[in-house]
Amino acid sequence: MITVNAIGDTCPIPVVKTKKAIEALTQPDTVETLVDNEIAVENLKKMAAQKGYSCDSNKLDDGSYSVKLTIETLNTGAFSDTDEASQYTCRPATDNRVVVIRSSYMGEGSEELGSVLIKGFIYALSQQDNPPETMLFYNGGAKLTCDGSECLEDLKELKNRGVKIFTCGTCLNYYELSDKLAVGEVTNMYDIVEKMAAASLIVSP
Amino acid sequence: MPQEIVFCKGGGCTAKLGPDLLSHVLAKLPKGEKDSNLLVGYDSSDDAAVYRISDDTAIVQTLDFFPPMVDDPYTFGQIAAANALSDIYAMGGTVKSALNIVCFPEKMDLNILGKIMQGGADKVIEAGGTLAGGHSIADSDVKYGLSVMGTVHPKHIYSNNTGQPSDVLILTKKLGVGLVCNANRVGEAPLGAIEDAVSSMTTLNRAASEISHSFEIHACTDVTGFSFLGHLSEMLNDDITALIDSISIPVITGALRCADEFFLTAAAQRNRNHVGDKVRFAKNIPFSMEEVLFDPQTSGGLLFAVKAFEADTFLHELKAAGLPAAKVGRFVKRCDVPIYVN
Repeated sequence: MITVNAIGDTCPIPVVKTKKAIEALTQPDTVETLVDNEIAVENLKKMAAQKGYSCDSNKLDDGSYSVKLTIETLNTGAFSDTDEASQYTCRPATDNRVVVIRSSYMGEGSEELGSVLIKGFIYALSQQDNPPETMLFYNGGAKLTCDGSECLEDLKELKNRGVKIFTCGTCLNYYELSDKLAVGEVTNMYDIVEKMAAASLIVSP
Repeated sequence: MPQEIVFCKGGGCTAKLGPDLLSHVLAKLPKGEKDSNLLVGYDSSDDAAVYRISDDTAIVQTLDFFPPMVDDPYTFGQIAAANALSDIYAMGGTVKSALNIVCFPEKMDLNILGKIMQGGADKVIEAGGTLAGGHSIADSDVKYGLSVMGTVHPKHIYSNNTGQPSDVLILTKKLGVGLVCNANRVGEAPLGAIEDAVSSMTTLNRAASEISHSFEIHACTDVTGFSFLGHLSEMLNDDITALIDSISIPVITGALRCADEFFLTAAAQRNRNHVGDKVRFAKNIPFSMEEVLFDPQTSGGLLFAVKAFEADTFLHELKAAGLPAAKVGRFVKRCDVPIYVN
């Protein structure tokens, strides 16, 4: 076990010293950091949680604290092997189709025509034998999941058949529709990115 | 210059006493007889005290000082002054006069003090105020700030907690200066980060405040040591919940990276401990964004709750004045949590 003395150090020094000690490890080990205040313990715990180290802290008799981080795998490069594998897998094995609705109308040209088309698209989707896993609505598409949308009935039907429906929260805010969402759940960009990246097929009219 | 090495020990609003600690002490102070002319005191968590002297004039008083958070003394003086002046702007007031507050080690080079006070004086002049005097103490560490006096119409005071459901929240500066200054202390600030942070911290909130006077502002505060979420929580009342849209938050260059590298301040953790239970984060908000939202700001921006109908025009004018302002969320009718971050 390696011990880092950070007594008398103010944040971020205890975390910085601990990080350096971990980076210097050549084999899995436990790094113990001694600090004199509870906030520093909490900041070390936050790092441990983010890095996936197990963490054990104790108050010592002299009022200081010992924080032990156990490092089971050394992270040498930017990505570990497993990260790299998941980053570059081209095709997820499971069937995970995602329908992305980016606008309140379909196609370029007449918006009037486009809004008829999108309604037709969602209706036709609801009639399919094999509906998608997930539907994402953003920008003008967010209007379709809200009160006043002509697609609500079909979307509710899709939801009843197990389709997960998500609307971008930023977009609802922008169009002042936050309290008008009528089907599905609110989501955010982190989730949209995750769902699109994990899709086996993205369908976007 | 060897003295500059000890000059900056990690200051600014990260040096504030924690909010938990403070409310504990404040609650026990004798209040004295109530003066009906004291329109804003520390019954609420407002930014400054406001005292009515006639039907159309109230004076706004505030005091703010702290240790250096940057190495350059002139820049530190500018930042400390901009930070102190900000409390007047957060109340909707106009700056009139200011007094220096100085703690300075006897053995340190007096030229450093001169530069600090020059930075402060320049900002007071930029604010349209007059520097009228001050007070100095020999101390082991450098600290500097101002006591500022301004005026405001008693009917046009910006309170913290008078926002209404459907108000749009507009923030006028980027967040993350605490993280960047903290990383800089250990020589690890990313490229361009300190420049962005210093430019933000030395910017007066004067323009933002003056622009706001043409709009229907329901509440306003300035975002300083208690972090965006800490100060936002002081804006809440029983009728409203704040919905925050994390991808709309303007962030200082490199600040998210500083959080990912764990250049965490003690103050951010104290802020998290203080208001964390009022905040619910959507499950996939990154750690670095959470840290930015709890990051203590020195000389941070103003956070306005503006009538929704006027938000676009207000934002447009703030941007036209060169401010990195953004709509960061809105108030809605109170739901199960006080603050929801999506």
